[in-house]
Amino acid sequence: MSKSASKSHEPLFHVVKRASIPLWQSLLIRAGAILAALIVAGLLTFFLTGLNPIDVYATMIDGAIGTEKRIWNLFQGIALLLCVSLAVTPAFKMKFWNIGAEGQALMGGLAAALCMILYSDKLSPAVLMLVMVVTSVVSGAVWALIPAIFKAKWNTNETLFTLMMNYIATQLVSYFSYKYSVPKGSGSIGIINSSTKIGWFPSILDQKYLLNIIIVVILTFILYVYLKHSKHGYEISVVGESENTAKYIGINVKKVIIRTMILSGAICGIAGLIMVAGTDHTIATDTVGGRGFTAIMVSWLAKFNPIMMFLTSFLIVFLEKGAIAISSEFDLNSSFSDIITGIIIFFIIGSEFFINYSIKFRESKKEAKSK
Amino acid sequence: MIVSFIQRAVMQGIPLLYGSTGEIITEKGGHLNLGIPGIMYVGAISGVIGAFLYEQSAETVNPILAVIIPLLSSMLGSLLMGLIYCVLTITLHSNQNVTGLALTTFGVGFGNFFGGSLIKLTNSDTPSIALVETSKCFKTPLPFAEKLGWVGELFFSYSFLAYAAIIIAIVVSIFFNRTRKGLHLRAIGENPATADAAGINVDRYKYISTCIGSIIAGLGGLYYVMDYADGIWSNNAFGDRGWLAIALVIFAVWRPNVSILGSILFGGLLIAYNYIQNLSFEQQELIKMMPYVVTILVLIVISMRNKKENQPPASLGLSYFREER
Repeated sequence: MSKSASKSHEPLFHVVKRASIPLWQSLLIRAGAILAALIVAGLLTFFLTGLNPIDVYATMIDGAIGTEKRIWNLFQGIALLLCVSLAVTPAFKMKFWNIGAEGQALMGGLAAALCMILYSDKLSPAVLMLVMVVTSVVSGAVWALIPAIFKAKWNTNETLFTLMMNYIATQLVSYFSYKYSVPKGSGSIGIINSSTKIGWFPSILDQKYLLNIIIVVILTFILYVYLKHSKHGYEISVVGESENTAKYIGINVKKVIIRTMILSGAICGIAGLIMVAGTDHTIATDTVGGRGFTAIMVSWLAKFNPIMMFLTSFLIVFLEKGAIAISSEFDLNSSFSDIITGIIIFFIIGSEFFINYSIKFRESKKEAKSK
Repeated sequence: MIVSFIQRAVMQGIPLLYGSTGEIITEKGGHLNLGIPGIMYVGAISGVIGAFLYEQSAETVNPILAVIIPLLSSMLGSLLMGLIYCVLTITLHSNQNVTGLALTTFGVGFGNFFGGSLIKLTNSDTPSIALVETSKCFKTPLPFAEKLGWVGELFFSYSFLAYAAIIIAIVVSIFFNRTRKGLHLRAIGENPATADAAGINVDRYKYISTCIGSIIAGLGGLYYVMDYADGIWSNNAFGDRGWLAIALVIFAVWRPNVSILGSILFGGLLIAYNYIQNLSFEQQELIKMMPYVVTILVLIVISMRNKKENQPPASLGLSYFREER
């Protein structure tokens, strides 16, 4: 591990911020980090299980993309994670630390599920679907709007506020899980409309997940254009860079904060809708399954670029599916995937340092080692 | 009834108290460690691994070793987690929120993985991880507690880790307000550049405070599994307590002595649904929402009143790079 500069007159090395770095170099550093992480993860697997690391990786790849069904599942997983990541991105770009995507998506999902439960026999399927879309988007947006208003008005710490909102959403879901549980008192809702399939996303070309994937792909491009080429996107990045600059050039910071959080929450609502209507067809406290938190890492690792986010979410979902295959193959606990994901993210986060800073060594005969 | 309620509330509160004291130390140094939930998991499972290996290898369980081994292995586990966080956020200036969340993913995964696979990995023939013997050693109450009736039950019936939590919280709060080192640490949390100019070694303080904070938080996990859960590990049983500990930090407005009472209150709110008559299941779920709602209210109130002494450390969440001044 690198050591901070010692107290001697001339430190062994010092750290300088880089002005810029060629793209190939930054990609090389990132690839190196992923490679190093895979080696560490492989060694860890070896010591824990005594299995040949190459076998382990073969199992992993097979588990992620071994069959056509697995590939569909992989892309479905990417779509869900990417959708939540897209949602948190505008807020992060504004340096609004929205770690409440979990709760916002859960509220969106809850709204969709409640519509399915309450109105399936009252509304026609097409109208119901429309109502579901509107209510999920609105619930997600409202859940994000509450902390945004307090942030804009009183500068209430948004990280902690949005974090707490997650658990309120979880408890609300668990309240409704008991209220509408099937069978009564079991605390879980079960598949809604499993025979009539009212309120479910239709299959396209016999693929039940294709519609989810299409929605997320469209969203990705819309958000890319919105952030890169619209006035709103520009305002977001100015507020993120410096609030004072934004005020000076006449941007209404409060308005931007509130507007961006509504957008962020609304996309979370769509993610919740996809999870309920397009995937699980039920709602439970673990429907979002930690994606709200993983999304933050996905978005940050991709430097808030929606197109790059596809790659980072691909990496994480691939590892997840692969690690799940390992754990079931070798009869280990499925949380193994979290360990692998954690290690990879540590390495990528750490590698950012070498992209943003360079290390200048003291001119000396001694061989200096930084790491 | 009321005595047993308070007793249960305290037992629920102690892990939160450990977690929040650890997080307060870290945050006072300007680092928002969202890895606390993961660290508490690792603290718990490391203690369990230590105790498990000891119980498997020893013929008879020596009560002193049975306490010391899990204690040390738990502290080592959380120290390592703290170090990962320090290297990434302090030395490598990476984003604290992202690092913390990654640490939580890793830590919870680590806990559940070893919790679910420890028996298979060690080729042991026990059906589940039940460290009853070790737990007994941890739970030895004060000898005179039973003679004192309800007073004894209320004040003296807990295990040594519970008292340690309260003592640590008091010591930490004295440390912040009455010692020079505490002042230095607070100065770093408010404005690291100024502290640096005053000749304080910012990085060293941050490393030490974050690591000590992690160790303390990890003990909360150990207390939970050894004391509250009677030494029985079940995956995800620890639940969201780590996040609740972070909530408690806000509730206590960054003061460990306030968080002693806050933790008991939170503990009480966590189990209140058991003590209110005639609640349906769905109403219970609404009652469980209380600690989070209370935290949000506190957060709003302190931001609206905007009193200087009740604010989060000013540089909370920002990394410090000397040459950027």
